[in-house]
Amino acid sequence: MKNLLSIEEVDRAGIEAILDRADSFAEVGRRDIKKVPTLRGRTVVTLFYESSTRTSSSFELAAKRLSADLVSVKAAGSSVDKGESLKDTVATLSAYDPAAIVIRHPYAGAAQMVAGWTAAAVVNAGDGKHEHPSQALLDVYTLRRRLGSLEGRSIWIVGDVLHSRVARSNLIAFRRMGAEVTLCGPPTLIPRGIEELGCAVTHSLAGIEEADVVYALRMQMERMSDKFVPSLREYAANYQIDSRRLGPRQLLMHPGPVNRGVEISGEAIDSPQSLIAEQVAAGLVVRMAILYELLTGAPERPTAVGEGPAAEAAAPTIGQPA
Amino acid sequence: MSAADLTELLDVRAGAPADMVLRRATLLDPVAGIDGVHDLVIREGRIAELAPPGEADLGDAEELDAEGLHAFPAFFDPHVHLRTPGQEHKEDVETGTRAAAAGGFCGIIAMANTSPPISTGADVAALREQARAQASVPVGFTATVTAGMEGEELTEMVELREAGAIGFTDDGLPIRSARIMRRALQYQKLCGGTIALHEEDPELSAGGVMHEGPVSAALGLGGWPSVAESTMIARDCALAAYEDARIHVQHLSAAESVDVVRAAKAAGVRISAEASPHHLCLTDEEVRSLDPRRFKMNPPLRHESDRQALIAALRDGTIECIATDHAPHHLDEKEVPFEQAAFGVTGLETAFAALHTELVLPGVIDLGLLVERLAGGAEPFDVPRPTLAPGAEANVALCDLAAEWTVGEDGYESRSSNSWCEGRTLTGRVLVTVAAGQVAFRLRSFSLGVAR
Repeated sequence: MKNLLSIEEVDRAGIEAILDRADSFAEVGRRDIKKVPTLRGRTVVTLFYESSTRTSSSFELAAKRLSADLVSVKAAGSSVDKGESLKDTVATLSAYDPAAIVIRHPYAGAAQMVAGWTAAAVVNAGDGKHEHPSQALLDVYTLRRRLGSLEGRSIWIVGDVLHSRVARSNLIAFRRMGAEVTLCGPPTLIPRGIEELGCAVTHSLAGIEEADVVYALRMQMERMSDKFVPSLREYAANYQIDSRRLGPRQLLMHPGPVNRGVEISGEAIDSPQSLIAEQVAAGLVVRMAILYELLTGAPERPTAVGEGPAAEAAAPTIGQPA
Repeated sequence: MSAADLTELLDVRAGAPADMVLRRATLLDPVAGIDGVHDLVIREGRIAELAPPGEADLGDAEELDAEGLHAFPAFFDPHVHLRTPGQEHKEDVETGTRAAAAGGFCGIIAMANTSPPISTGADVAALREQARAQASVPVGFTATVTAGMEGEELTEMVELREAGAIGFTDDGLPIRSARIMRRALQYQKLCGGTIALHEEDPELSAGGVMHEGPVSAALGLGGWPSVAESTMIARDCALAAYEDARIHVQHLSAAESVDVVRAAKAAGVRISAEASPHHLCLTDEEVRSLDPRRFKMNPPLRHESDRQALIAALRDGTIECIATDHAPHHLDEKEVPFEQAAFGVTGLETAFAALHTELVLPGVIDLGLLVERLAGGAEPFDVPRPTLAPGAEANVALCDLAAEWTVGEDGYESRSSNSWCEGRTLTGRVLVTVAAGQVAFRLRSFSLGVAR
């Protein structure tokens, strides 16, 4: 695998390989010194055109725990502010010869375009409303640890599917791992024709008790001004996951950040069924695994004898996961 | 029989009239009832005679060995963006008409959504003068329906017609206000001239960058639903019927739109309609590539059932003409993520070859229908239809139906390279175009017959 541009292009075996790798990194996180030298001497660039807390911080920390040199570029305050095109920004950053570029962009297909302009491995950290493959991987990872397998499980994804790249990537990943997926939300927020991706669509929470997992999506305030729903109050009345609707054996997930009291009630967030904190923890090890799989599988570029990542990879190192 | 000439209404650079004999060409002009192998004789820029093969007297004319080649009435494109004035880095009158000639077109209608838009008589006069200096094929210039394409006030339609505007269009944008639309149709009684319409309800299409359906759902791209087109066409058909006005619907893309146009025609509304090669050949499945250079246009590529409806409409005459909607853009506006990229693809140089490859060779439509529809864009603008009938001004496309070529390999005549056919191998190529009696194009590699 050269790039991670969409979950669509990763098969079940590929997903499992990344999750197995993440399992081995979980052990590293329990040590006093939470660092392995795997990517020493190599450079990872994170390029974020949209605000992000979880995704950017976990990719940055993942790169550091793998001992990579990290360059973090945020669109605000960079030459993007001065009108530089994506193509030119990528050409500039590629001049540092990075091993990987992790990009988040407000428009679909941006990561794919970047992959055509750089020799670095490209990781899509969210492109518009299209895909967010690392989120899907960490969610599958979280569920696999809790449930063992997703095979035959019923997963409901509830809320604003229309504007959600998480919904799209997770739908694909959950199905690929054998789960059955139901999308639930108001008709204005369910994209027309999405059932052709192989999921059920419903507009009511009736029947949610059959779900093993309830995955709530963020409801953005601006959707109200766009007239997708008449009011957040009415939306919450119809679609909020609260402790009354959430059964004791059901698991609750959310990609964050949560609007407390809108898509999920406060007590449901804090309930034992909630996996939200585990998702964040999974984000770190899964993103370490993604960087590892992309960068150590690729052939090394020639370096001076006894130096650089090639020599590093050849030398036995303590704590390098199997 | 002598048809009227294109240059009575359109402008072209004056040159030497063609004198040539196309020996043993296979002629096909279904409208004129011409079908067979003849020597096609062009003298002083007019079709002089269709002689039995090998028997025409050469005289002083150039001789082309056209055995095995096809000669059609040259094509007419009612929908071209020449980007002049204001965006000459994308196209200008010279490059755009060269592209037209290379595609076998003998005439084009230029859209008015330039920068600034063509809204005054002086704008039209300036462009016509430019065409007389630069255009390889005759060009008709439209003017906008509303001043500055702002949708609020009518342009001075009478004066624009007097200055030579061939018709009116706000193409690129719909006429949002039904009231303004009605006023324009009323004014048409005074000044004539077809009103060509880009049909899109901007409220319904807002945020849309591709057809709304399973593919847009899968890609997370904003959907531009078919009903945003068909409801607007229905509105304008009702207004045209009420005012007994004449409208031309541009770039039909959806099955629902075809139904509306077909019903309006049956009810006697004076309406004509066009479809673009890309809508006839491609579907929204192409957008999965997320390549805006080839697959982002407005209206968007739609579902296979829409494509089939367009083909059926082409066959039954609901759609009387093919229009390329040639929309050149600089690569800087296309080498960006799909949602950010400019709408539009070029089409003049590939229209015939693409449709021949995608529709005629697989047997979807026959060659005669394609030839008829490729010249069908003249009549909606009151321009005489190109014909091979003796006596007519010579407007001829000489084509090799067996020639294979890869689009873009040798560059483009157009200044822009956002062709939806880029990289495709097509079968069928235009070798020579005669437009308004002048040789407008010869394929460089086409070896000429020995001229005396």
